[in-house]
Amino acid sequence: MSAGEPVLRVENLNVSFGGRNVVSGVSFTVHPGECLALVGESGSGKSVTARSLIGLAGPGSLVQVETLDVAGRDARNVSQRSWRAIRGKHVGLILQDALTSLDPLRKIGKEIDDALRIHSGLSGAQRAARVMELLDTVGLDDPIRRAAQRSGELSGGMRQRALIASAIAWDPQLVIADEPTTALDATIAASVMARLGELRQTGSGMLLISHDLATVANVADSIAVMQAGRIVERGPKEQVLNDPQHPYTRALLAAVPAGKPRFTRLSPAVDTPATSSHQPAKIVSAQSELASPGEVAAQGEAADVVLPVLSARGLCKSFPLAGKANFRAVHSVDFELLPGRTLGVVGESGSGKTTTARIALGLIKPDAGDVRLFGEPWSAVPESGRRSRRSSLGAIYQDPLSSFDPRLSTGSLLADALSSGATRNPRSHSKRINELLEMVGLEQDVAARNPARLSGGQRQRLAIARALAPDPRVLICDEPVSALDVSIQAQVLDLLDELQQRLGLSYLFISHDLSVIRHMSDDVLVMRSGEVVESGATEAVFTAPQHQYTRELLAAAPPLLRGR
Amino acid sequence: MSASAAATNRSHGSFGASVRWLLRKLGGGIFVLWAVATAIFFGIRMIPGDPAEAILGGPGSQASPEALAAARAQYGLDLPLHVQYFGQLWRLATGNMGTSYSLKIPVTDVLRELVPSTLILAVLALLLAWAMALVLAVLSTRSGGLGTALASGLEIVSAAVPHFWLASVLIMVFSTALGWLPPVSTNTPAGLVLPVITLALPLAGFLGQVMRDTMEEAQRSAFALSARARGESETGVLLRHSLRHAALPGIALSGWALGSLLSGAVVVESIFARPGLGRSLLSAVTTRDIPLVTGVALLSAASYVVIMALSDIAERLVDPRISAP
Repeated sequence: MSAGEPVLRVENLNVSFGGRNVVSGVSFTVHPGECLALVGESGSGKSVTARSLIGLAGPGSLVQVETLDVAGRDARNVSQRSWRAIRGKHVGLILQDALTSLDPLRKIGKEIDDALRIHSGLSGAQRAARVMELLDTVGLDDPIRRAAQRSGELSGGMRQRALIASAIAWDPQLVIADEPTTALDATIAASVMARLGELRQTGSGMLLISHDLATVANVADSIAVMQAGRIVERGPKEQVLNDPQHPYTRALLAAVPAGKPRFTRLSPAVDTPATSSHQPAKIVSAQSELASPGEVAAQGEAADVVLPVLSARGLCKSFPLAGKANFRAVHSVDFELLPGRTLGVVGESGSGKTTTARIALGLIKPDAGDVRLFGEPWSAVPESGRRSRRSSLGAIYQDPLSSFDPRLSTGSLLADALSSGATRNPRSHSKRINELLEMVGLEQDVAARNPARLSGGQRQRLAIARALAPDPRVLICDEPVSALDVSIQAQVLDLLDELQQRLGLSYLFISHDLSVIRHMSDDVLVMRSGEVVESGATEAVFTAPQHQYTRELLAAAPPLLRGR
Repeated sequence: MSASAAATNRSHGSFGASVRWLLRKLGGGIFVLWAVATAIFFGIRMIPGDPAEAILGGPGSQASPEALAAARAQYGLDLPLHVQYFGQLWRLATGNMGTSYSLKIPVTDVLRELVPSTLILAVLALLLAWAMALVLAVLSTRSGGLGTALASGLEIVSAAVPHFWLASVLIMVFSTALGWLPPVSTNTPAGLVLPVITLALPLAGFLGQVMRDTMEEAQRSAFALSARARGESETGVLLRHSLRHAALPGIALSGWALGSLLSGAVVVESIFARPGLGRSLLSAVTTRDIPLVTGVALLSAASYVVIMALSDIAERLVDPRISAP
């Protein structure tokens, strides 16, 4: 598999920022045609490692390394000027999220052309021809038009391809890809990954960086697992995936939700105070308060007929576009969410998942169809008729930070939610605030802090605590773990499971991630272009998909995700 | 075939959109001019004193009641207010700004004479402010922490300095003490230096602050890292990427900047005894020269409208994410 001189050899790499070690004693080699995956959580030092390898560790960094051979050159004491001759020509860097990694003010053709112009005396016409060739190589249709567009005008997948084109302009011997597919939908991510895989066939070595073992499982030859700046385990892919030695590697593998049945823990069990039940009485009372008379009667008459807590019939919604045509965001969507169950909604971006969630929340009025909450009209009544029932419906989103008022402390946020905005004084609700924090596994001293100072996982826990504040029966979760690392995602999913079992909550759970949906849902809706293409019990849909699109989605998921 | 047809369609659409945009701007501009004319018409009548007296040379002239009555009749000041107001609007709409009370020549002639002098001052000051702001932004991003601290301190101080104080200090140093530059401004290059600096410095402070912030953000951004990874030099990153991003808030502020330059010109032209719109506005207000005040104010409003439209267009050119005009 590995032949010839390595394109990258690192021995004992140490990087520190202001005396704080971020990377310690890291060593590895990459041979031509080989793909090494560097895996670890955010903050484990993966990205800093990658940047140090091309002399871009950033301001304030101190890089020490015993051996650093990049593309056959000793790169230890190289001036910035010489680095510039290596970067882009012999080493290509592909970053996450091309929306920000390509200059939004410049045409992508220009960005790709830059890589060519910097390193050569090619004429303008030669470069233009090469730009077209590159756009074609990465699989962009209509290269002439694409070259004249800017990153904001392209879809996520197209952008990422353009970014790849700019990095491989000179067929570099080494390609460093830092989370190249994290911002992409599954089918797009799969095709971008495949494109990166093809690069290796031309003899390029690749260093692939990811927080997700599942993403790299498809392409990598070997895997190095990084934790707190050190490589804790490394080896051929099969060995690391099938026989992990280090506990951290095992935790990372356990965190992958694929192939794990409902309610199995993904994160290592911690004895949080949350596991002690401390308010069953309250739950009972809350339920009896909220249950509509009709529901109580129905339960009394026939215990085996379960009424949905949230149901939708024939939902339609279109938005006007700049032109004349309307964009059909949601078209005749039906669903039923049963008490204590989770209904998963899966689909790629633009499939209408979020619009469905907003209609369910009563934030958007549907053009047609209606939503009923506990069997009573919900979307059809005006807001004044909904307000008193709003507390039974909570929501959490992908990016909790932007849903928090930046001037409020954690405690004030919860007080605000508890009193429906009447007070933001945490003291007036201190008992309940502490209960909520405990429930989501946050320490009490978090109450005094600003949410911006919390980690991503803590923020999502806080968002859950806030959603739970008014004692809702139904939570609408819109991509709640999509911005999180796999290991943090595992903790948040476990928390949601635990809360559901304890409080008897019902979830409408939206995600683009099939494995998350499969792990979390009892029933599932598969959406595409605003329509439900398939629905049913989760296991049935996943094991015997009926619709072609569902099969495509499943096929795009990396093999590790298809169950081992 | 179909692709080119689609492209033609789109360009048609954007042409229509451009025309609509232009009409909207034009309508907005006319509304602003009407509002300004109305505000001045009623506002100036609230200043105590008799305009007829102003016509006849001010309160010191001891004009006889007969002469005052004659002046009122001549200038239509004895007519009912609404007749005066609509007559005024009609004259303005037909381009007739009347005759200056104090100078006894048509207001349009006065403006024609004064505009170039103020325009030169304002445009030079705007350009100098832009240049200083850019230099500050570039230097501070290139020189790291200390440079940034120094630049931000400099910006805050210069943004806070009032025009009249700055003008006095500059005159004391460069005219009185060193004798390098004249304290009275003429249209010679040397005569322009001090007034232009006086106007530009505070503006440069404001512009520099916003431009430096944006530039530093761009320097830290993922696209700058991508560019460096392509082998781009620091100068290249700055010129090809960061500078363009930094220019955006500068352009957006330029409309506002022109307004501040016009009001600054009132002070600066008075201190440097420089003929211009600002100084004439000041003297026109003190002598209750209604036609001249109206003329200067309308001209300022009109140029404000034009500059705002221009900075809108410039912004759209630099930042294609804002839909085409």
